[in-house]
Amino acid sequence: MNDKLIDAHGLSKSYSGTPALRGLDLAVPRGSICGFLGRNGAGKTTTLKLLLGMLRPDAGEIRLFGEAVDAEASSIAARRRIGFVSEDKELYPFMSVGQTIRFTRAFFPGWRRDLEEKYLELFQLPLGKAVRKLSKGMRTQLMLLLAMARGAELLMMDEPTSGLDPAMTEDILRALADLAASGGTTIFFSSHQLAEVEQICDRVCIIDEGQAVIDGELDELKSQYRRILLTFDGEPPNALAGLAGIDHLRQRGRTASLLAHGNVDAMVDRVRELKPSSIEVRSVSLKELFLDHVRGE
Amino acid sequence: MNLRINFSSGVPIYLQLIEQIKHAVETGAIRSGEQLPTIRSVAEELTMNPNTVARAYRELERESIVEVRHGSGVFVAGPQSSTTKTAEIRKAGEVLRTAMEKGMALDLSKSELRRVFEDELSRLQEKAAATRRRT
Repeated sequence: MNDKLIDAHGLSKSYSGTPALRGLDLAVPRGSICGFLGRNGAGKTTTLKLLLGMLRPDAGEIRLFGEAVDAEASSIAARRRIGFVSEDKELYPFMSVGQTIRFTRAFFPGWRRDLEEKYLELFQLPLGKAVRKLSKGMRTQLMLLLAMARGAELLMMDEPTSGLDPAMTEDILRALADLAASGGTTIFFSSHQLAEVEQICDRVCIIDEGQAVIDGELDELKSQYRRILLTFDGEPPNALAGLAGIDHLRQRGRTASLLAHGNVDAMVDRVRELKPSSIEVRSVSLKELFLDHVRGE
Repeated sequence: MNLRINFSSGVPIYLQLIEQIKHAVETGAIRSGEQLPTIRSVAEELTMNPNTVARAYRELERESIVEVRHGSGVFVAGPQSSTTKTAEIRKAGEVLRTAMEKGMALDLSKSELRRVFEDELSRLQEKAAATRRRT
């Protein structure tokens, strides 16, 4: 469990002088399902393209399956073990489902017929139907099938459920849970849907302005982070802003809201010295963590 | 056993699973010697992460609530003495009633009382989990 399938350090990438990534660190351990979150333009798609070898970083190092992938040979070897489901679900529209599968199968000597049949049955894909006539959800399912049947150990997806209805989203998520449970497939996907990330992922990485602001196990993050809500008799004291170990502070009238992690008990003790009239400590959801970290207020 | 997870809550998911399975054992919804569903079937049933289910099972094994029989599955561990359990639940109920009466005397509403209770409970769970992690 401790080996990292994706291990990136200090990734930087600029497009004609505009930085998209500014020293991104990212680690995805084997067997995990990692959700990759960030606002539009935060650098998610650039990161995926760098990991897939479609772009080269200006600086930084990428290791996939424990090997550096800067040389062409090692890059090709590693990327053969990766399945990718792109956001636009690019397929040949004139081919039927069956033709698409046969066409793709021909490129991969390690093609898994058992997985092909399993996902055909699970997704109930119509073999004779032209790809252009498939719904967006079915196209996603077909791409998942193609990625998995080639025996990918690492599956990367760019917003796999965007534009899908809730039932189809649930089907995709269930397929991911099944992949992780039965084959130990490692999954890394970008998303705007916090709800699906907290449902299916055991890890999250939140990226903002080209840097990872959170990267860790979801349940650990929930254990570590706390919101401390304070009410004062008058204006909250200025000393509040100077407290060490606060991730985020928001003040409104006589109330203040702190986001803290680590030793929250010690933090509460320090806050108590500022004599608030009430202190409340609450657990923090992924949504709150995300908003507090990417809003940059 | 009827498992239900609130994914958007701030309470770690593996802790939610642990609590519900413990509750199922305490209420007799699942009895000692009976088999728990496999990690994979829980993950598929609830559409959740299998590693998280595995973590909950590992913690339950460490607390001797369940035992892993290799090759055959996860089973609820040895006999729970149900009479002492009932007595303990009754005693806890009395203590809580006193506390809640005090809260009501302070003019706390039902939902405020519930929140206090839930907060304290999750704090205790986390403390227990932190202690387990350290040992």
